[in-house]
Amino acid sequence: MRVANKGRIDRGSRIGFTFDGVRYEGHPGDTLASALLANDVRMVGRSFKYHRPRGILTAGSAEPNALMTVGTGADASPNERATMVELAEGLTAVSQNRWPSLGFDLLSVNDLAAPFFGAGFYYKTFMWPRAFWEKLYEPAIRRAAGLGALSGQDDPGDTEKGFLFCDLLVIGAGPTGLMAALVAAEAGADVILADEGFAPGGQLAGEVEEIDGQQASDWAAALWAKLSDMPNVRCMSRTTVTGAYDQGTYGALERFPAGKGPRECFWRIAAKRAVLAAGALERPIAFRNNDRPGIMTAGAVRAYLNRWGVSPGRAITVFANNDDAHRTARDMVEAGISVAAVLDSRHDAPKSEHFEVIRGAQVCDTSGRQRLDSITYRTAQGEHRLMTDCLAVSGGWNPAVHMTCHMNGRPVWREAIHAFVPAPDAVPGLTPAGACNGTFATSDCLAEGAMAARMVLQDLGMTAPDVAIPMADSDAGGCVPLWAVPGKGRAWLDFQNDVTVKDVKQAAQENFRSVEHMKRYTTQGMATDQGKMSNIGALAVLADVTGRAIPETGTTTFRPPFSPVAIASFGAGGKSKGFAPQRFTTSHAASVERGAPMIEAGLWYRPSWFPATGESHWRQSCDREVGYVRNSVGVADVTTLGKIDIQGPDAAALLDFVYTGLFSSLKEGRVRYGLMLREDGYVMDDGTTARLGETHYLMTTTTAAAGEVMRHLDHAKQVLRPDLDVSTISVTEQWAQFAVAGPKSRDLLEDLLGDDLSGWPFMSCGPVKVGNVDGRLFRISFSGEQGWEIAVPARFGASLFDALVEKAEAMGGGLYGMEALNVLRIEKGFLTHAELHGRTTAFDLGMERMISARKDCIGKVMAARPGLNDRNRARLVGLKPVGEVKQLVSGAHLFREGAKVIPENDQGYMTSVCYSPTLGHMIGLGFLERGAARYGDRVVMVDRTKGLETICEVVNPVFFDPDGGRARA
Amino acid sequence: MLDLKAKSACDGLLPVSYGPFTLTELVPAALTSIAPFKGQKGSVTDLLQKTFGIGLPEIGKATDNGEVKAIWFGQGQYLLTAPAPDGIADIAAVTDQTDAWATVLLTGDGVAEVLARLVPVDMRPTAFPEGSAVRTLLGHMTVSITRDGAGYRIMAFRSMAVTLAHEIAGAMEAVAVRL
Repeated sequence: MRVANKGRIDRGSRIGFTFDGVRYEGHPGDTLASALLANDVRMVGRSFKYHRPRGILTAGSAEPNALMTVGTGADASPNERATMVELAEGLTAVSQNRWPSLGFDLLSVNDLAAPFFGAGFYYKTFMWPRAFWEKLYEPAIRRAAGLGALSGQDDPGDTEKGFLFCDLLVIGAGPTGLMAALVAAEAGADVILADEGFAPGGQLAGEVEEIDGQQASDWAAALWAKLSDMPNVRCMSRTTVTGAYDQGTYGALERFPAGKGPRECFWRIAAKRAVLAAGALERPIAFRNNDRPGIMTAGAVRAYLNRWGVSPGRAITVFANNDDAHRTARDMVEAGISVAAVLDSRHDAPKSEHFEVIRGAQVCDTSGRQRLDSITYRTAQGEHRLMTDCLAVSGGWNPAVHMTCHMNGRPVWREAIHAFVPAPDAVPGLTPAGACNGTFATSDCLAEGAMAARMVLQDLGMTAPDVAIPMADSDAGGCVPLWAVPGKGRAWLDFQNDVTVKDVKQAAQENFRSVEHMKRYTTQGMATDQGKMSNIGALAVLADVTGRAIPETGTTTFRPPFSPVAIASFGAGGKSKGFAPQRFTTSHAASVERGAPMIEAGLWYRPSWFPATGESHWRQSCDREVGYVRNSVGVADVTTLGKIDIQGPDAAALLDFVYTGLFSSLKEGRVRYGLMLREDGYVMDDGTTARLGETHYLMTTTTAAAGEVMRHLDHAKQVLRPDLDVSTISVTEQWAQFAVAGPKSRDLLEDLLGDDLSGWPFMSCGPVKVGNVDGRLFRISFSGEQGWEIAVPARFGASLFDALVEKAEAMGGGLYGMEALNVLRIEKGFLTHAELHGRTTAFDLGMERMISARKDCIGKVMAARPGLNDRNRARLVGLKPVGEVKQLVSGAHLFREGAKVIPENDQGYMTSVCYSPTLGHMIGLGFLERGAARYGDRVVMVDRTKGLETICEVVNPVFFDPDGGRARA
Repeated sequence: MLDLKAKSACDGLLPVSYGPFTLTELVPAALTSIAPFKGQKGSVTDLLQKTFGIGLPEIGKATDNGEVKAIWFGQGQYLLTAPAPDGIADIAAVTDQTDAWATVLLTGDGVAEVLARLVPVDMRPTAFPEGSAVRTLLGHMTVSITRDGAGYRIMAFRSMAVTLAHEIAGAMEAVAVRL
């Protein structure tokens, strides 16, 4: 219920929202959790395993119980912590892990069967029969035990990512963080102050105490506002720093209100230094039935009162082992809320004149199925029952050391405060300060924050300014440990994964005594909250039953992210086409306009074929386009092939070094085919290289390997031969280049250029005037026909493409796409990366004689290894069907006729196949043991995935025009 | 007579504006890559000084005479935003890059905030002052970014112009909507 005159929310306006279909109202400044409590909604979820009714436990990001699905349809986001969800108009929240409803949940029968469901239950029970695990047991268990579900639809929302830089990253805007940021900011340092909440102050936002005579929450808000106005400070609210990574890099998730662009931004922050001011988390105490709705942490109860003007109950009881929790009773009484009693386990607990303090008392049971109605506590005088609807529990505070564990640091036990604190220098460059460092009094936090910033400034060589430490409360809230109240029944340690004291004891009994083993056996700490509320309690119980001290028992560690991050935010921008840049040729729009289906070749988009009127199958288009090139003239955009400009006095030397063949002997104005090996002697890529001038070459690569070859040249130039005076640069993008091929190609080009081309022999090149534009012409062929490639600066590409197409069509030819291009090259036995697939050598390809004996080159020595020149290796052959079955499939394997189809008899494989309209049947290229020595043999091509067996004859891979006369014509 | 029509890299894509941010295409008269041959860096600088009044920039820098820039472009490589000066071919590898790049200019108050969504380098004016140049990533693309007055001159592969405009416009919109 709301309490009059309390809270730091805007009561002047209202926000409507629904929970499980029921409409409620809240105010700006509310979280979903505070608004639900204000409306007396106590039960908000069902527990993971036993489906026990659960209520809100905390007021912060460690919340293990109040997980709900927020939003509907495709927008639904599961497992949102109600304590972190900022209330917004129209917000729709639905409870999870219950059916048919939260109030009546069929699977709560699990709770009655609890004696069977202890630690290790699954491991012991579902052992047999083995096959049942995957099919039956696991799916059934997953249905019964769980959290919220994803919508199963595409996420319509948008997320973004970004990069930030600073001298100092301050993590947390409580008293420590604010002071650290202030000191660094006043010194002129570049500061980022990040806080996961939407109101600054950290713990102060929910406390009643004074700093410099001002209400602490007002002091925090004023300082936040001051820092926000400083040009060298970036104040980021709603921003969770999720992880610490190498070299001062931090991950951070910033959330934005609805309607303000992408809903989240995942930042990578490069910080020279960081101050961790993450505060502390209040720990519960384990006692029988300590998980009922209405049982909360003491700090949360008073935060709901002080910050949100909400009392989580009408009669509050406090159960604690420390002074700090007495504040809850104090604040409640002051607000006029009835406090039943403060039960303090310490015999010397301070008394109060405003509320009853029962010393030496421990809560040993509770009742109330869906909402707490009474508790039973035990003192030296015996057991007593107390009617209460809200129990505020505090077992002390755990420093939030999580981030300091992200680079393998293990926190160390500090006996004085009965808690783990960060190990020194656990994360290089990160200084923990304040409560996360075990410093609890507000005044000490302020001083430690300022000191941490001064040390950072000194490190960075900056002068610390004179900033006074404000006056504040100096009470650190003494604490005497109490982890679990002894007694029968189930006492919860891990609320989110339903792990009890009994489970931990059982684990120890069954010899899972190491903290890591206990964790995995009981699943304690393995839920989405990573055991923020339970780790210390569980290991204290483990220490107790194994007769060891806590530091000796040790602790498990925490990994990033600090709190859950949606994969969508990690991968922001990578959805759909955002996954990779798109590369378009200058003819792209014209190709799409002609209805060409575009296929991705690396990042490029290329036309597969150009459908003509009346064609209903791609093969019709492809056969027609092959016909253009074989019979008249075809035009294709070949811009995507890599083009590398190589210049310098040693340009020829570099080429001789990277290619197997000699390029220093190539004449100016001529082009030569080249083969490039990797350092291990296998073939890397092939292509043609033109000599444009004495010290000027132009290398072409395949589309697929353009980047790899560029890198290879850089490596050769910078690492292997730094002595060479040569420069390389990609010109792939500079030139739009088109293949013009076919018996009428020269006619077309002479018409286009208005020039006589009879003096251009096969494998010549040179500059040409294309209209008024300086272009380049190469007489090369990838189709086996008379072929040319004409290049112009890219801005003229679209225009030249149109002109070429118009002329080709007028001559009875036209465009050809990737499918036809592939058929043309297979008919000629030309290679692509289907054959140059990284496991083939020049010998395998029948090109061993291309490795020049007159010089060294990269890969030459390794290519000479005996195994790579074995005559039994699978080598390139052509294959054509000669039996009943006429179909060939790439990827199929080759066997001797009559041999059993087993791996031992495998003799090779098919790499490229096509229907050849020129020859009237299918043809294929493949690799077969002993290669050319097998010409005339019959083999069987077997594809078991298609149930196909085709008898083939082994032939020369050059199916068409074997002497090459047509290309030279 | 064949008359080829020129089309710029971002033809039909730009300009776009969101809030205070504007992205426009720059169509440079020429882009020439210059890689001095061994021992010729001084002579190349002299020649550029004589022709344009600017020298070769340091690594991560650009020089500028108000009209022509020389931008550090990689190891031993510079990009001149002008045609190659006479006599340079003898002392440096010179390659026409005029058509190889899509060049855009991103401007607007606080525009570094837009680049923070795209580029893993500190682009704030204090960290990337006038005269700075960098080869880095923008999304998944390799780019060259140079400070250009109050704005940023960004160059990406010409073929990626669509993605370049799309990515930057998306970030401009996301930032503008929150102002």
